[in-house]
Amino acid sequence: MPIISIRDLVVEYDGRRILDSLNLEIERGETMVLLGGSGSGKSTLLRQIIGLERPRSGNVIIKGVDITRCPPGELKKVRRSIGVAFQSAALFNSLSVADNVALPLREHTRLAPSIIDLMVWMKLAVVGLADFAKLLPQELSGGMKKRGAVARALALDPEILVLDEPSAGLDPIVAAELDELILLLNHAFGMTVIVVTHEMPSAFRIADRIAMLHKGTFISVGTKDEIRASQDPRVRNFLDRVPEDIASAAAVATHFEKYLHSQEAHQ
Amino acid sequence: MANILEDVGKRTLNELDYVGSLNIQLWSTLGAMKKALPFVGNRYRWHATVRQMLQIGYDALPMVSLMAVCTGFILALQGASELRRFGALHYVIDLVAVGFTRELGPLLTAIAVSGRSGSAFAAELGTMKVTEELDSLRVMALEPIEFVLAPKYLAALISIPCLTIISTLFGIFAGGLFMFFSTRLAPLMYFRYVMGSIALRDVITGLIKSVAFATIIAHVGCLEGFRVRGGPDSVGRSTTSAVVKSTFLVIVADAIFTAIFYFTVKL
Repeated sequence: MPIISIRDLVVEYDGRRILDSLNLEIERGETMVLLGGSGSGKSTLLRQIIGLERPRSGNVIIKGVDITRCPPGELKKVRRSIGVAFQSAALFNSLSVADNVALPLREHTRLAPSIIDLMVWMKLAVVGLADFAKLLPQELSGGMKKRGAVARALALDPEILVLDEPSAGLDPIVAAELDELILLLNHAFGMTVIVVTHEMPSAFRIADRIAMLHKGTFISVGTKDEIRASQDPRVRNFLDRVPEDIASAAAVATHFEKYLHSQEAHQ
Repeated sequence: MANILEDVGKRTLNELDYVGSLNIQLWSTLGAMKKALPFVGNRYRWHATVRQMLQIGYDALPMVSLMAVCTGFILALQGASELRRFGALHYVIDLVAVGFTRELGPLLTAIAVSGRSGSAFAAELGTMKVTEELDSLRVMALEPIEFVLAPKYLAALISIPCLTIISTLFGIFAGGLFMFFSTRLAPLMYFRYVMGSIALRDVITGLIKSVAFATIIAHVGCLEGFRVRGGPDSVGRSTTSAVVKSTFLVIVADAIFTAIFYFTVKL
């Protein structure tokens, strides 16, 4: 039984369809990479998976619980089994790195402070931040902040780890270090890892399977080799870095025509 | 004409939506307050409440005291310039004592705190929203209302009435200074006159107002923060809006309370 099932998921903002009838199953212990260009709907899908937004229709079932319909109490229970590291790291600026990691432990467990300190140190050691525990987030580099966010996501030993653009804005070496960390977490702790990214080297390094999003729909879901071998032109364009034809004369003319129509409609 | 009606309808709906949101937020916070209390609640939440109390109350003490002294002095001077003509200079004592206990103490404090802490609440929550910190709280199964708002509200409920008492004392002290320098009235005599002119109901009505003002400042500030959409510029807008709206609502509430007390308690 898959740990996460997404069924016929439709998401709309102000009548604009962002995700269109998505279906995806993620197995326990696998690393699933959601790959796609900017505006393809990756982050929107991620927000649905972690229950931050409700869809227009469809279901997101995590460990047998439909989080789009369940009461808030049950949603909280499901969330405790998910660790999330946001693109911006979203560490609390008023707390030190150690306090950020300790926060979920203090709130959700009755562990003694000394045990919490030990657990925090262990989590920070896993991501290589044990020597920086007392620093505030604004005193860390971009890569360190992201690792801090991963440490906080790991605090409650989640079954599912969700990472939003972990390597965005990082230099290649730090990005590669994060990739190795994700692989370690997946192999050593058997976590199900979902990574949203548009960085292909990173995706092909860490993924067991890749789901490729384009304009709100999955155009291809498969193993790394299947994606590499795909002959779908949209997949090929993304993999081969073929630019979209946005600045050609024909494209500009089409946009201008659309603009004139919209102006007429307003009048 | 249709456009005007549409505009009026839209604005009315927006205002109703705002009042409704304030109402829902207030009830949700009251439900979550238990966890911010000492002994029975979460100790980390109580620590946050104490920190907030220091920021709202202790840090505002010099400013509020100075404002109260200046206003008390102005009130005494303005009152004396008119009352002297009727040979009723001693009524300045009643004017300052009653005026500060019932009205100026709570109002001055509320306006000062609204500018200092109301704006700080909006800026803090708005920044947390923009940097995804509120989302990261939710995915850690922590409700922002319980985690962020409840300690602030409890701290405001304790600090603002305390500040009100202090500002009232400083205002009355300024009146005493004026009386001493203008009529050589001994401080002890002044104190006796003050005690004779104010009644317990004046103190109670003043404190009831300060509790209502604390509710308005905390909730308007936090709601403005929660309603931030977009980037950092909207944090600035929400901060301004928090000060304007809370000051306006404090004055409206003051008028309503004064009218209620006038007709029911027979002040």
